[in-house]
Amino acid sequence: MAQIFRPSANSVAKLSLICFAIGVPTVWLAIAGLSRSPANTKQDVPLNQPVPFSHQHHTWELGIDCRYCHTSVEKSSYAGLPSTETCMSCHSQIWTNSPMLEPVRQSYETNTPIQWNLVNKVPQFVYFNHSIHIARGLNCNICHGPVNEMQITWKGNSFQMAWCLQCHRAPERYLTENITRPGQSPREQVFNLYWELQKKGVKGLTIKQRDEARGEFTGSDDAEDLAKGRELVKKYGIKVQQLADCGVCHH
Amino acid sequence: MPLPPLNDRMITGEQSYATIDQSISSMIIDQKRHTRPWWIMFCFGIMGTGLLGVAITWLVYQGVGIWGNNVPTAWAFDIVNFVWWIGIGHAGTLISAVLLLLRQPWRNSINRFSEAMTIFAVMCAGMFPLLHTGRPWVAIYWLFPYPNIMGLWPQFRSPLMWDVFAVSTYFTVSLLFWYMGLVPDFATLRDQSKNRYTRVLLAVACLGWRGSNQHWHRYEQAYLILAGLSTPLVLSVHSIVSFDFASSIVPGWNVTVFPPYFVAGAVFAGFAMVLTFAIPIRKLYKLEDLITDRHIDWMAKITLATGLIVSYGYTLEMFYAWYSGNPHEWDMTYLRRLTGPYSWAYWSLIICNVVAPQAFWIPWCRRNLVVVMIVCQFVSMGMWLERFVIIPMSLTANYLPSANRMYYPTVWDFAMFAGTIGFFITLMFLFIRFMPVINIFEVKDLLYKMLGHHDTQVSEAPVEMPEPAVGRSF
Repeated sequence: MAQIFRPSANSVAKLSLICFAIGVPTVWLAIAGLSRSPANTKQDVPLNQPVPFSHQHHTWELGIDCRYCHTSVEKSSYAGLPSTETCMSCHSQIWTNSPMLEPVRQSYETNTPIQWNLVNKVPQFVYFNHSIHIARGLNCNICHGPVNEMQITWKGNSFQMAWCLQCHRAPERYLTENITRPGQSPREQVFNLYWELQKKGVKGLTIKQRDEARGEFTGSDDAEDLAKGRELVKKYGIKVQQLADCGVCHH
Repeated sequence: MPLPPLNDRMITGEQSYATIDQSISSMIIDQKRHTRPWWIMFCFGIMGTGLLGVAITWLVYQGVGIWGNNVPTAWAFDIVNFVWWIGIGHAGTLISAVLLLLRQPWRNSINRFSEAMTIFAVMCAGMFPLLHTGRPWVAIYWLFPYPNIMGLWPQFRSPLMWDVFAVSTYFTVSLLFWYMGLVPDFATLRDQSKNRYTRVLLAVACLGWRGSNQHWHRYEQAYLILAGLSTPLVLSVHSIVSFDFASSIVPGWNVTVFPPYFVAGAVFAGFAMVLTFAIPIRKLYKLEDLITDRHIDWMAKITLATGLIVSYGYTLEMFYAWYSGNPHEWDMTYLRRLTGPYSWAYWSLIICNVVAPQAFWIPWCRRNLVVVMIVCQFVSMGMWLERFVIIPMSLTANYLPSANRMYYPTVWDFAMFAGTIGFFITLMFLFIRFMPVINIFEVKDLLYKMLGHHDTQVSEAPVEMPEPAVGRSF
């Protein structure tokens, strides 16, 4: 009886086994890599806005406090986006003819809000609350990245659950104190970094502060920092045992 | 009047290697052997599969609210069906692995399709926990431990987690075992087939099997290893399934005897299902010489033996409910099983699983195929009822009487169940048509031994050396 396959079929069979052995882990790793990459998370990808608002200009060059626009960050779950009136509090006086600001004036005249594109978002089943994070002295840049350097705003971190849990499972690695005058609450300490940055420049900061300002701070394993962190955990009454429970964020 | 003894030969009739080829491989090569009954069963199966498709689509669209499950009865038909199907698969593994290691040659003519049954039953079973999660498309990250972007692992201390491993291991090993055994048979079919495309397809499926000594040597080694791997699975899979209940504190679930009792029940249900398929198929395709009355008799005896173990389990369950002195356990047994709104289910279960199999003590009943079929239907039904009695019934009453609530299945619960039966029938009949339903080479090997070349076990009287190709009557 005639052979069904040529001898080369043996090589094809062996090759297909090798391809399978390499292919399956490759596909698996590719999915794992892609789901963690900016292609999926949009981390570090500037998002176009109706008005090319520059945080770098407003906060660093002009030194405006974050809370001037994000008014509810200390009191509510939502940091808040500024109304057109907030923009117009300055821009009715300066750059009144700038073509870049045309959508702002348009919005003011027609009484319709500007539709900003949301850069940082969590799914609906995540009940994130800004106020508690501010009340524990967590700096904006730890989560949002170097906002003071952003021309067009991008997402500073992946905002994936594993990322949140880095701090929720070990808050002592992240908590710091930055007291410039006696009796400052942690809420008040949050913004000290920006005053110091304005005053001393990047070179004047400690390494840790520099990392924080650049949005590169991923927790400290330094013994002194950890001791301080544990002390703060105790002082603030943070229940670390419960901090990573499902119900903390998913209610 | 005593019955004449059964013919102890495992192959009967005038047989040669050619007649075995004729009776088994012609089922694939000669498609004309599949006549109207095949089509009727296939259509029946396809209709069920369609129903399953509709039930799943509606479930995925609408959510698990279409089922009767509701607190306190969060586990109901879905889990009942899961356990029932998983149990049915166990006979296949027992026949193919345990009986192989115990060197029981009578397994050779029934192992192939009972292995197929195992695989199809596990496929049906696997659907239920996935759909039970409500969102099967994300169930992979709820079930499997892998480093994910949520930084979460499943609860390794939960028997539900062990269940995922038990069932997926079971499916993988069963599939490999089944496929391994098919390789030499695919080669036989490749050599017999005339159609070019079929031959290429079979040549790929048999992985280039040439039947060399080396091939056979490796085959036997690998087959033994897989048998060794499958053997503990016969015990472990259903033990772990029973942990889902036994490790909880629900009265009626928290029973120490569950693991062995579940395993026996699984083999019990499995053999009933093997018989349910074996009897009509051997008649339809005239395989009575290969699956003999002796086979049926043995299987009926195993059904009886496992049925007795299961009955012992029921007795123990009741005894310990009383002996433990736990009032909740006793309330569950007395108020919810022996009496109460669901007592019909408990007593039907006793009739199906305890009373009906007793018929198999009588040789006449084991040889009368109609009786065997009827008893097997009772057993299948009884094993389903057993899971119904254990799972949703125990949940309807708990420690807090204010939380007691009756469970009522909906039409979708029944549709899902009927649908999986249809799906199972479809797969079985496709298997009968396109794959060798009996292990060709093992039966030939058996015949070789029976013809008297090597015989130690089969023929007691020395036989003359016949020509291998010449048929002999047994």
